[in-house]
Amino acid sequence: MAEATQMKVSDEIAITISKMNKWYGAFHVLRDIDLTVNRGERIVICGPSGSGKSTLIRCINALEEHQQGSIEVDGTLLSSDLKNIDKIRSEVGMCFQHFNLFPHLTILENCTLAPIWVRKTPKKEAEETAMHFLEKVKIPDQANKYPGQLSGGQQQRVAIARSLCMRPRIMLFDEPTSALDPEMIKEVLDTMIELAEEGMTMLCVTHEMGFARQVANRVIFMDAGQIVEQNEPEAFFNNPQSPRTQLFLSQILGH
Amino acid sequence: MSDTQQHSISFVRTETLPEREPPYAASGPVKWMRENLFATIPNGILTIVSLYVIYLILAATLPWILNGVWNTASLSECRDVLDGTVGACFSVLTERWNQLIFGFQYPEELYWRPGLAFLLLFVAAAPVLFFDLPRKLLIFTALYPFIAFYLIWGGTILTPIVALVGFVAAGFFWKNFVARSFALGFFGSIVVAFIVWWLGGFLISDTANENAAMQAVPSRDLGGFMLNMMLGVTCVSLSVPLGIALALGRQSSMPLIKWICVIFIEFIRGVPLITLLFVASVMLSYFFPPESQVDLFLRVVIMITMFSSAYIAEVIRGGLAALPKGQYEAADSLGLDYPQAMRLIILPQALKISIPGIVNIAVGLFKDTTLVSVISMFDILGMIRGPILASTEWNGVYWELLGFAALLFFIVCYGISQYSQWLERRLATDHR
Repeated sequence: MAEATQMKVSDEIAITISKMNKWYGAFHVLRDIDLTVNRGERIVICGPSGSGKSTLIRCINALEEHQQGSIEVDGTLLSSDLKNIDKIRSEVGMCFQHFNLFPHLTILENCTLAPIWVRKTPKKEAEETAMHFLEKVKIPDQANKYPGQLSGGQQQRVAIARSLCMRPRIMLFDEPTSALDPEMIKEVLDTMIELAEEGMTMLCVTHEMGFARQVANRVIFMDAGQIVEQNEPEAFFNNPQSPRTQLFLSQILGH
Repeated sequence: MSDTQQHSISFVRTETLPEREPPYAASGPVKWMRENLFATIPNGILTIVSLYVIYLILAATLPWILNGVWNTASLSECRDVLDGTVGACFSVLTERWNQLIFGFQYPEELYWRPGLAFLLLFVAAAPVLFFDLPRKLLIFTALYPFIAFYLIWGGTILTPIVALVGFVAAGFFWKNFVARSFALGFFGSIVVAFIVWWLGGFLISDTANENAAMQAVPSRDLGGFMLNMMLGVTCVSLSVPLGIALALGRQSSMPLIKWICVIFIEFIRGVPLITLLFVASVMLSYFFPPESQVDLFLRVVIMITMFSSAYIAEVIRGGLAALPKGQYEAADSLGLDYPQAMRLIILPQALKISIPGIVNIAVGLFKDTTLVSVISMFDILGMIRGPILASTEWNGVYWELLGFAALLFFIVCYGISQYSQWLERRLATDHR
């Protein structure tokens, strides 16, 4: 906990979401979401399934379209303009529950593809960057294998490295450990903790409460498409205010 | 073995037993036959019955083939030579070889030109089919259509050059303007190509073809298996890209593009190919300006390409649908734009899934090129049914001729099939 508070949070604003609403057909998934994220902040979003937490972070890089309100990422307003969307996406890295590596490319090619084509980095330089980040996630020796030859935990770490190769200013994690075995969860969480310690702005949908306690400086609880409660981890876990949060925490921490 | 036993029954081996051959019945052909041919009684009966059937087939065909006659001038001469014994009259193949391969109107002294074009086809196709080859060879592949056109049709060299310049100008325009706007790059390059071709038309005088170094051969003089190969190669190589475009168009979020593609695909799939070919040969000229002489070969290529591209589009749509949504999302989340995501992530995977289906259609298309014989084009089947069987010398030689045509098609189709299986193994990287 002490560690988390040491990590600096600047006053600069990274993401501003105001009065954002989203519907799937007639179903109101996200209701009046207001959220400001400062640079360097590490936010954990939790809540029961179907509460809209994944949808919320997928709206931030426009994988999902919102119908009302505004999202501003790094000073760029998210509109339907494709150029804006691509610009935001290249600044925002994302890791998925099912990794979504490209199975027809090697690990190294997975990592160099976006820098080469989106950032127009020369191939050699992109490969050096990729190897740097693969070393960081501790799998440089797998660089020439295909994703199908790696374990789930390794694949997720490659996915993190692939995002990092774009040098993103913000990282989004959509339940990065929920498709993994317990042993592999740790190796992925360790990678994420390391990333947090370097001051990356992170929004993480996860049920790993230990991770939330250790690195988050804010925990957000969502239910029925709304932010029900947000607080510092210590206060959030020890002294939840709303009855809905209390029930949720008692259920997931109860065993 | 437990510890106690080891202690009570002590044993030390002092010499190594030499290796021995397995018993005869457990190895070699006897074992193989026992396992595969005579495993059970019904199995054994089936084996014997099958052997008998194979014997019957070979007993009927082998003498016919081996006793075949290869060098007579007519069927009656053949019968004289055979003198009542069973035997094929293969002399029709040797005597009419040129007609079967090149048709009956292609000038005999020019046979080397399509022959050379055929050999160059392998050079041109190699870098496309085997992508481990150096990429620079693709330059030849890009030039090949113009070279082949010049070789087969002859005439003034200006025709293929103007066509090539049109494509190069269009490509140049595309490269420089597509970044600004896709629509500008796309439609602009089409307009540029047509302007070049229109201007180039003035360069080519009406008499250019008559005085050309390479004697001009009109399309109606093409025929034989050469015509099948030309139609097959042209239509397959055009319909795959068109099919990809249609499949992507059908998934487009722009309603106009989507509905154009849907209507095209559904309409073409709902019409028999024969109907389209009749439209090409008879009715299509009503749609072109009266004075324009659009070549019959070109009209047929357009129709067959449209037909097979509709089918290929549906096969590729299946491949696209089989990809997990996460692949699109991962491509998007890395900031790849639509053309990049399609070219680098989605299509390589979707096409790989679609290989068996695409090959299926390519093989079908190649065989369907024989349908042009019904619109009086003399492809190999047209040659057999028309000039050869109708001639007095060879009236009645069905098995040999049709068997030969079948063999030619089988060789090509089996080759395509083997290639596709190699390709699937080569691309198997996902280890699922």
